[in-house]
Amino acid sequence: MSLLGPDEWQAVALSLRVALWATLAGLPPGILVAYALARWEFPGKQVLNGLVHLPLILPPVVTGYLLLLTFGTRGPIGGALQEIGIVFAFHWTGAALAAGIMAFPLLVRAIRLSIEAVDPKLEQAGATLGASRLWVFATVTLPLTLPGILAGAILAFAKAMGEFGATITFVSNIPGQTQTLPSAIYAFLQVPGGEASALRLVAVSVAIAMAALILSEVLSRRIAKRVSGA
Amino acid sequence: MSLQVAISHCFGGFQLDIAFEAPPGLTVLFGRSGSGKTTIVNAVAGLLRPDAGRIALGDQVLFDSARRVWQPPHRRRLGYIFQDARLFPHLTVRQNLLYGRWFAPRDSRPDEIDRVIEMLGIAPLLSRRPGALSGGERQRVAIGRALLAKPRLILADEPLAALDEARKSEILPYFERLRDETRVPILYVSHAPAEVARLATSVVALQDGRVSRHGSATDVLGDPSVTPLGAGAAGAVIEASILRHHEDGLTELEAAGGLRLLIPSVPRAPGTPLRIHIEAQDVMLATQRPEQISALNVLPCRIRALRMGNGPGALVQLDACGNLLLARVTQRSVSALGLQDGQEVFAVLKAVSVAKGAIAGGPQPG
Repeated sequence: MSLLGPDEWQAVALSLRVALWATLAGLPPGILVAYALARWEFPGKQVLNGLVHLPLILPPVVTGYLLLLTFGTRGPIGGALQEIGIVFAFHWTGAALAAGIMAFPLLVRAIRLSIEAVDPKLEQAGATLGASRLWVFATVTLPLTLPGILAGAILAFAKAMGEFGATITFVSNIPGQTQTLPSAIYAFLQVPGGEASALRLVAVSVAIAMAALILSEVLSRRIAKRVSGA
Repeated sequence: MSLQVAISHCFGGFQLDIAFEAPPGLTVLFGRSGSGKTTIVNAVAGLLRPDAGRIALGDQVLFDSARRVWQPPHRRRLGYIFQDARLFPHLTVRQNLLYGRWFAPRDSRPDEIDRVIEMLGIAPLLSRRPGALSGGERQRVAIGRALLAKPRLILADEPLAALDEARKSEILPYFERLRDETRVPILYVSHAPAEVARLATSVVALQDGRVSRHGSATDVLGDPSVTPLGAGAAGAVIEASILRHHEDGLTELEAAGGLRLLIPSVPRAPGTPLRIHIEAQDVMLATQRPEQISALNVLPCRIRALRMGNGPGALVQLDACGNLLLARVTQRSVSALGLQDGQEVFAVLKAVSVAKGAIAGGPQPG
């Protein structure tokens, strides 16, 4: 790529990889938590709701520091995971974890809203036709929630692409390992003559964001049309 | 196979306490809104767990609070036809039809699908989605979907209530065919006397969460003390068969005891069993046989019961050669004519007051 230098290209590729993994890994727990919040009554529901939304409200630096404390090599979870060869600290997976945690509330909110919009009467109809709860979820709830899942996923992807505070606090700013787009732009702005590189990355950011928005619009329109059955 | 229901359930200050047995055929739960009809159907379907009681279908116990038995809805093998159809919007008509079949035991004949599609006339709709269907089409697909789940019991909760009159008369014949062609018992919720009169093999009349009367359609609808919708909607059912067709466009019927009735032409062969719904407000009473009168049906009857209403009206139960009739007259007329139990009177009924929609093929014997 002649448009971008190797350092810049590296940051773009890393950001895409981090955001993709943050979104994909967040989807299954995101759908589960959204379903629990939308359809189940259980003690501690408000606590779970609060926990999920915490990263949205806390300063990102705080979230990053908390991640460092728990998932760092000396943290309670990070230490245990290191034993089995999973490392988050100062590694691109850590950047993905930070981005995923920060994007999680947006993912859950979008999916929860669309699960709540599914008429429980349709799920009842599925049950009377012989479908167990799991089958009703797979054949009725999930397909009808698809536009919301897609919207949530794209929102989460965009958020993960732009995550800065928690990432840089948790996994620092290592080129090729944890230096995502925003941290690269920040780093370029700190050195003399880096404005040109920073500006190119800003252009890439805008292009990716626009592409994501357009894609989500087109896809959700197509799905909504199929789901509403016109 | 019959359905036994005995449940009590309390919700929102309303106490439901009912017990009945639905024999094979079509059993109508008949009552005004708020009498607990939908609660009963939802309890049978497993969508609602009653406080106490027992529900059994044949030898399969669906719910027994004493023995802590509770079958979840998906294990009950029912076909539930909802008032609002509840088709899956993201699936085509064909996929909707096949949904329940997928979870049912695979022992059936392969022509079952075609037979149901043909019976309901939905072949042209198969590739469409529910959003593009009319209300009547949706309800036909819903019937098909319930049937193809190979249910052991069909539940229908006011399946016609959301439809206009034209659509109702489009769907009603399918329920008659269901009643006559499948061996599956049907529990059908309704507050429309005309539907009850047309469809019911037996009727469970509900009032304020209790069973006020349980019996055949002729017995329940001909009982002046059972008027869940008020005397204004009362009307009896007579089971008759076509005797012959007259050249002036009238059809003559013969009911039990040799009772003859003239009604507007019914284009079916002589001998066909028919059921007609005669609204109480269409029946006049006379103490002497009226002469020079335009009404074609003058039926000698004996008064079996008199029920005075709270307003100016009264309901009179009549025995016409063993057939039950209801007449709605004013209390003023009751005293002016001196009507009393056991009195011989004449019931006067205009042929044209028997509406087309109130005439139906009777349930086939067996």
